[in-house]
Amino acid sequence: MANANTPLQVVTAAMIRRWIEEMASVLAENRACLSELDSPIGDADHGNNMERGFRAVLATLPETEDIGALLKGVAMTLISRVGGAAGPLYGTFFLEAGKPLAGKTELTPEDVVQLFENGVTGIRKRGRSDTGMKTMLDALVPAADALRSTLAEGGDLAAALKAATDAAEAGMKGTIPMLAQRGRASYLGERSVGHQDPGATSSYLIVRALGDAVEGISR
Amino acid sequence: MKKLIDNADDVTLEQLKGFGLAHDTVEVHFDPNFICLAGGVEGRVAVISGGGSGHEPLHGGYVGMGMLDAACPGQVFTSPTPDQMYEAGKAVNGGKGILQIVKNYTGDVLNFQMAADLLRAEGIEVRNIIIDDDVALQDSLYTAGRRGLGTTVIAEKVCGAASREGYDLDRLAALCRKVNIHGKSMGMALTSCMTPQNGTPSFELGEDEMEIGIGIHGEPGIERMPIKSATEVTSMLARRILEDGAYTRTLSEWDSEKEDWVDVEIQDITFQQGDEVIAIVNSMGGTPISELYTVYAALAEQAEQHGVKIVRRLIGHYITSLEMAGVSITLVKADEEILHFYDAPVNTPALRWGA
Repeated sequence: MANANTPLQVVTAAMIRRWIEEMASVLAENRACLSELDSPIGDADHGNNMERGFRAVLATLPETEDIGALLKGVAMTLISRVGGAAGPLYGTFFLEAGKPLAGKTELTPEDVVQLFENGVTGIRKRGRSDTGMKTMLDALVPAADALRSTLAEGGDLAAALKAATDAAEAGMKGTIPMLAQRGRASYLGERSVGHQDPGATSSYLIVRALGDAVEGISR
Repeated sequence: MKKLIDNADDVTLEQLKGFGLAHDTVEVHFDPNFICLAGGVEGRVAVISGGGSGHEPLHGGYVGMGMLDAACPGQVFTSPTPDQMYEAGKAVNGGKGILQIVKNYTGDVLNFQMAADLLRAEGIEVRNIIIDDDVALQDSLYTAGRRGLGTTVIAEKVCGAASREGYDLDRLAALCRKVNIHGKSMGMALTSCMTPQNGTPSFELGEDEMEIGIGIHGEPGIERMPIKSATEVTSMLARRILEDGAYTRTLSEWDSEKEDWVDVEIQDITFQQGDEVIAIVNSMGGTPISELYTVYAALAEQAEQHGVKIVRRLIGHYITSLEMAGVSITLVKADEEILHFYDAPVNTPALRWGA
């Protein structure tokens, strides 16, 4: 078991499973808050949709140590249960994130970076979007960047996930002054300014959940 | 919240059950939910549409002879999920491919894209045509583009009829694209509406205020202003539609040669003197038909001033937002092909003539 003295070098299937449980629990806890964020600029259902989706994810999660299969399971359930834009976007994130990990029961730091970067590329393509447009990418892209750079500077996975969480949080808050350019919020034009993006918020919670899951198990 | 529902979490299920019992020309399937034509589709292109529930009669009310072959209702104001379109597509596939008519809301566009990918993996040819006729938005550079409104109804009617007359998938997709670029709409709200799950108004409107340029999901519009008379409101909406420029946007369509989604640039028509149009004066759900006639009178006058002739019209509830009070106006420039298929017989729960 890792502690403060032994750097964390792998993410196990148990950690990924815990991540999924942690996402379900943190999104359920924040259901009302996410829907409230969605109310001035969307249609006030983001929290409800994510909670419903992840409740289904837990109910349908395959009994396997194959991390690729776990992530694909999450993707397919989100796609079929969430609806709205969040379903296909998060579905695509987990689908693309899991693709190169098929058959793996442990992830190296490089695998974890790949997981996020592939997921982000999937969302970029599916949503025809990029950072600065007030979307989930504004939290996910800085998180993926922080993950890669912290590892490159010699940090271990725990430090990298902490850095990713901090970057996602900053990215989430950074959406407040932005003008929405994608999704329903974009129809509000200037009126979208001054509100934190609900998608970036759920993305921050998802990044934070991985750090918490990994820390919870390795401690 | 005062609504005739049993359980807010199961509201779409409750309503679908009743819909299935009420109309014996359609079949209702559950888990995943979809409505399709009883008897299936043989030897022609199947036409499918769908979107969030709460816009009735769109889309389930338009399933039937001469219009839609299947409709996929999502949760209230939430797009359907790809497994619905996938199962609906397999149920109505007649071997000639599927046209999916999709309103331009990010969730609908993405879910219908994923559904098309799933169906294509089964060897079924699919084209998605996006309807984006809401003129409230002037450009799409920094937005998700114009929303899909009433032109959807005309596209479903015209394409459903053309499929019956043997149009192949490419020709049908081209026709649907034409109806879209010939159609322009704009809506306004006098009140907000309440989704059963939230139970609170989607936005607050003062007694003396109205919201201009709304979509159909209880979302606020483009501009809020003091309420005006029916004729003044109608003139404002009609002028905006009739004077709208040649709007250009980039939409995502499937390229069968590249086997990928590609961005296609599409440009609208502008209305000209002498044009013939199909008009819809549509209640957002809470406005009575009597008031729609006041709106129609003002619309007819505006059209005449612009030298545009209304040759067919629909006045009533066609694409609604629950109990929202308000109106949307749609004008579709009609040519011979569009009028021919518009006039063709149709027999659906919500639209019926000649049959």
